[in-house]
Amino acid sequence: MSDFPARADCVVIGAGIVGNCLVGHLSDLGWTDIVLLDKGPLPNPGGSTGHASNFIFPVDHSKEIVDLTVDSQHQYEALGLQNTCGGIEVARSPERMEEFRRRMTSATCWGIEAKLLSVDEVVEMVPFIDPDVILGGFYTPSVSAVDSLETGTQMRRRATEAGHLQTFANTEVLDIETVTGANRPRISAVVTDRGRIECDTVAIACGVWSPKLAEMAGATIPLTPAVHQMVDVGPFDALVETNQELAYPIVRDMDTFCYERQSAGSMEVGSYAHRPILHRVEDIPSNEEAALSPTEMPFTPDDFDDQLEQAIELMEFLGDGEIKYAINGLLSLTPDAAPVLGPTPEVENLWSVAAVWVKEGPGVGRLMAEWMTHGYPRMTDPHGSDVTRFYPQDRNVIHIETRADEHFNKTYGIVHPREQWATRRNLTCGPAKARTDDLGAFYFEAGGWERPHWYESNADLVERYGVEGRTHEWDARWWSPITDAEHMHLREHCGLVDISPFQVFEVSGPGVVPYIEKMAVNKCDLPVGRSIYTPVLTADGGFRSDLTIVRLSEDRFRIATGAFDGGRDEYWFRHNLPADGVHFENRTEAVATYGVWGPNAAALLQTLTETDLSQEAFGYGQVRDALLSGIPTQMFRISYVGDAGFEIYCPTSAGLALWDAITQAGRDFELRPVGAGVYGTTGRLEKGYRLMGAELESDYNPVEAGLARPRVKAADFIGKEAYLAAREAPLAAQLSTLRFESLRCAEGYDRFPMGAGNEPVLTPAGERIVDSHGRVSRVTTAGNAPSLGAYLAMAYLPPELAAVGTELSVMYQHEQYPVTVAATGANLALFDPDDSRMKA
Amino acid sequence: MSCVAVLVDHDRGIPSGGALEALTAARPLAADLGVAVNAVVLGDGELFDAHGADLVAACAAYGAACVHRGRHALLADYGPDAWGAALAGFVEIAGPVAVVAAGTDRGAEAMAQLAARTDLPLVANCVDVSPAGSPADASSGRPAGEAWQITRIQWGGSLLEDVTLTSTLPLLTIAQHSVEAETANSSTTDVDVVDFEPELGPQVRQTLVRDRVTLTEGITLSTAPVVVSGGRGVGAADGFAPLEELAELLGGRVGCSRAVTNNGWRSHADQVGQTGTRIAPEIYIACGISGAIQHWVGAMGSKNILAINIDPEANMVTKAGYAVIADLHEVVPAICDEIRRRRDRPT
Amino acid sequence: MRILVCVKRVPAVGSRINVTDDGQQVDTAHLGFTTSPHEECAVEEAAQIVERLDGDDHAVVVLTLGPEASAEQLRYAASVGGSEFALVTAEGGLDWDPQRTAVAITDAVRELEAAGGLFDLILFGNESADGGNFQVGIRVAHALGRPIVNGIKGIDVGERGFTARRETDAGYEVYELEAPCALGVKEGINLPRYPTMKGRLASRKAQIQELDCAGGADAGGQSRVRLHRPPERASTTVQLGDSAEAAPAVVDLLDELGVL
Repeated sequence: MSDFPARADCVVIGAGIVGNCLVGHLSDLGWTDIVLLDKGPLPNPGGSTGHASNFIFPVDHSKEIVDLTVDSQHQYEALGLQNTCGGIEVARSPERMEEFRRRMTSATCWGIEAKLLSVDEVVEMVPFIDPDVILGGFYTPSVSAVDSLETGTQMRRRATEAGHLQTFANTEVLDIETVTGANRPRISAVVTDRGRIECDTVAIACGVWSPKLAEMAGATIPLTPAVHQMVDVGPFDALVETNQELAYPIVRDMDTFCYERQSAGSMEVGSYAHRPILHRVEDIPSNEEAALSPTEMPFTPDDFDDQLEQAIELMEFLGDGEIKYAINGLLSLTPDAAPVLGPTPEVENLWSVAAVWVKEGPGVGRLMAEWMTHGYPRMTDPHGSDVTRFYPQDRNVIHIETRADEHFNKTYGIVHPREQWATRRNLTCGPAKARTDDLGAFYFEAGGWERPHWYESNADLVERYGVEGRTHEWDARWWSPITDAEHMHLREHCGLVDISPFQVFEVSGPGVVPYIEKMAVNKCDLPVGRSIYTPVLTADGGFRSDLTIVRLSEDRFRIATGAFDGGRDEYWFRHNLPADGVHFENRTEAVATYGVWGPNAAALLQTLTETDLSQEAFGYGQVRDALLSGIPTQMFRISYVGDAGFEIYCPTSAGLALWDAITQAGRDFELRPVGAGVYGTTGRLEKGYRLMGAELESDYNPVEAGLARPRVKAADFIGKEAYLAAREAPLAAQLSTLRFESLRCAEGYDRFPMGAGNEPVLTPAGERIVDSHGRVSRVTTAGNAPSLGAYLAMAYLPPELAAVGTELSVMYQHEQYPVTVAATGANLALFDPDDSRMKA
Repeated sequence: MSCVAVLVDHDRGIPSGGALEALTAARPLAADLGVAVNAVVLGDGELFDAHGADLVAACAAYGAACVHRGRHALLADYGPDAWGAALAGFVEIAGPVAVVAAGTDRGAEAMAQLAARTDLPLVANCVDVSPAGSPADASSGRPAGEAWQITRIQWGGSLLEDVTLTSTLPLLTIAQHSVEAETANSSTTDVDVVDFEPELGPQVRQTLVRDRVTLTEGITLSTAPVVVSGGRGVGAADGFAPLEELAELLGGRVGCSRAVTNNGWRSHADQVGQTGTRIAPEIYIACGISGAIQHWVGAMGSKNILAINIDPEANMVTKAGYAVIADLHEVVPAICDEIRRRRDRPT
Repeated sequence: MRILVCVKRVPAVGSRINVTDDGQQVDTAHLGFTTSPHEECAVEEAAQIVERLDGDDHAVVVLTLGPEASAEQLRYAASVGGSEFALVTAEGGLDWDPQRTAVAITDAVRELEAAGGLFDLILFGNESADGGNFQVGIRVAHALGRPIVNGIKGIDVGERGFTARRETDAGYEVYELEAPCALGVKEGINLPRYPTMKGRLASRKAQIQELDCAGGADAGGQSRVRLHRPPERASTTVQLGDSAEAAPAVVDLLDELGVL
């Protein structure tokens, strides 16, 4: 029992799998003065790690999650604490068999060995499964079970033996103190029941308790404690006789959302099928108050009876097993089911390391240590887990609980890549919502906003433009041929797009020019009224964002970024604000934005304004204040869809009037409202425009993305050194546009790859393509190019393959489709590659 | 003269430790009430011939002014009905103002039998008793009043319950180990002995002890001066060998936690805890025991506790007076070696 | 044979038990409920006795007194060998004084016996985990005019009744009781089985007879004022070492305490 420290560089709170792995990796990366605290005893302080079932199924559709999981498996293996037993997911429905083909696609993409099994093959491996109940299986040999408690102990030991770590269990954190920082409160101390530790950095790895700890510092970690029911049943002779902890593969009964995992002589049966049971942090008992542990809450058997019946259906012998242990185990659910990692936006040097499963724990430890050390992770792009992805309205308990309630039963569900939330909708709407409702808009949620994705009022265009539907229900789900028809109409006449969900920031003040130059790769110190499209980089030179910056005046810039990127971008811009001289303001709510594009766009708008909208007077990339039908607006000649036109910004209060003015004038110009399906996919794909989170990730740099300008600006900027090095280095990958030569599947009809990130680009022979940095080639976006009559995809390819005409293939739902490289380098446009229409 | 009567439960003439505690606890109570402490012992002629004098001496030493010997052929050995009926007879004859017994198996059972027979309330496992009419106690917030104010244990001692008792004849058992048995200052050899012969119907025969089987020789878990106990950390049934050795060297007994009996490593008879045995040794050596409350309430009567555990933060360690933070599998054999070494050393 | 087992619903507590603000009951906000451990063993013992007998005209009747939710404990009993179930609904019944509880249970037993015949054996737990009053079973047995012995850790069925073993420090005492009779059993008499998955599912269909016999029971002379936690025993731990090298220090301590 060493003396309690008065100071430390870094305090990590929570000694579960995540906190332990974090201190191990921080120590490895050179942090020499770390304190680890936990309220409970060691080695099992009573959090979710202590009751985890501890198995790992590595195949997931998300690259980020797979990277974390596979890295974790390597770490468990290196510690000798992994038991690789294999795992089988079994299907009871045809839909699930189709999902297994999707899983095979993901497994191929990530290079994880996997196999589809017939019923007989399943029964051969797990003889006690009733073959009449299932249709087949998906087998992953590398599925493993791990010892998460011992892993945690060894991680701590590693850091302790290096002389970098002091650990204090049974130590309750009472407060986290902050002082005034450069642009927001900054961490200064952690107060415990054993004393106060002054410190520079705090990481909260407290699982279900994390929100409470964050609140002490004035920050939020959006998650809710939720129940996962689990029982231990046995003993069974068939299992006892094996004399092994895991003689049989772990079985996931996917359609009943249950798993069966051998644990020596007995079987653990767990479920994600019961009703969502959410708790509040204050409802969790202390170690002393809990009958078992705080996160092993009293079992509510009524909720589990259906699962017992289903488990007996699958494995009849389970019925005679005694239920020796049964818990309502607590785990952490976030509003979108992904982890919450990274710097909290509210408090400087306060890090969230929460909502992590045992399967990702060691990987998250490494990722977070890199993030805290280098400013951004190196092992994978973390944007799907970044805690700053959540907007303020996503951080309240109602939102968290409502969304957790909605997605809990999808834990083993078949979730479509385009699937939309059913709850917490219509909370943030553009000013013309009443009009778009009348037009039969079908809305997708975009960063909390309702954004029309297509309009039923345009159904007549489907026939006019001869757009075909999709045969397979999966391909047609959350999609409409109206999108392609709207696209054709915009190209032929013009379209009006509601892009109010755009995230709009303004930065101003005497220090704004050096500030904005520091943030952006491209030169921003341009004449007033000019715009800049620019990458924003990590210190390592990978993409952190891409966005458009407009100089509004000498000392004021407007930044516009995507609806899904606002949280992360706002954090990054605020984080880098100097102590004084620059003011940051989020103007999203104050500004409504419309886009009007197409051959008729300028003529239409000209009827509403005296401002000369001709190319000569108002060139591409320029911004002007203009009265439109008497409404003060800012017009910005730019296009993400490949046709001439304007983004128009106006006060939200005038948004409805402006919509009405444009649509009224549009009657003479064949104007139609056009959904985000055109804006986000078909239009941009024909033009080869990149999208953050799809093509643009921190794993890639602007040279590889084809976004490097001929010259590099003189001003310093974040990532400049790495960027300069990348420009000199041999190219490892090149973003390219691929054209599908055929979409015809074995069943004889066309399929339509999603571009959801898990579809690998393969050689025609079906081999994975991995570049010299170990990055796999995969489809980043896929979609129709209606004007070309083609189906396109984008992907990074190694330079030897990134040549127009190279024949490759893309796997979708476990079938290969031939593609040809159609464009590569800076200009990826297949439609109007010279931009003649934009200049028209 | 009226009295506070204490049932001195005994096993074939040997009073229980709890009975001496009950006598000790009865003294201040009797003083409050302005009466004497009387003892009640039950037996037959043969038993009293053999042990009567010792029993009377013990009762006197612990403050009884008078010993009432219930004498009957059916009291030759223990039987709950016989004891309950005999006590009821005593109450009729002697008219005590309160009847007290130890919270031992026999004390509790005989008092419940008495309570059932008289249809009077019985307050079990008392730790603090203030008779009716006693003044308010500011420190505990207890009001003055007509009813008796009693604090008793619940949940094996994890909770205390303050109760009021309204009864023509308060019946109480005293929680074991809640007082330390102390001989009375004014002990006298001049103790009255009164014999009485209760009326016992033939139905009490049904519950007399018919037979006895002795399983262990010598000292018992609840009376051992040293208890060496093992928990989950021992790891297996055969892991108890060094603990057995240490207990033998110290003339003690081996105990265990509930986890150990649940795993089938040792018999339930060795279990220390709320549902096992409550112990009060000179020293309790807890090896690899985390110290769950069920265990703690059985062990907390120990005068000293030494915890041997790899986890410095384990409950048992933080509650113990002494600790060795190391693996019990190394420490226990080393202690055995050290004891043998010192004993072998010529003095 | 008909055996009645009286069980009590009690909170499944941790090492620290909280009390509601009014001091009247255990704060069960975080807690689940279970069957008091001695009584769980009593159910198991009854099930085992019946399973050893020939024929199938045997019954293990399980009775409880408490709130509606006590049906959970009866269903649990159904999943581990109980065959008939009766609930005396009494709000606050978990905290009734022992006299009142005994009267209500006595009435319930009489009602059950009037309908189904005498119980050969009535099993109680030695004492409840919560109240620990050590007397309800004895009061009930006395009221029914049946012999009872507490502290039982072994039961054998004999010709005319039961042989029961009671643990002592040195071994055990043997009692022989003629049926009908009652016994108070202690944990350790057996290792209670867990419900099987099938047993759990079947227990959902168990019929629970609701008895209305709480009304006749008046409060006894023992009345709760409040529950509270005993003061924490502050202790400072003297660390004698962190390895086997602590052995001499340990032996010094044993010497000092006079137990060497």
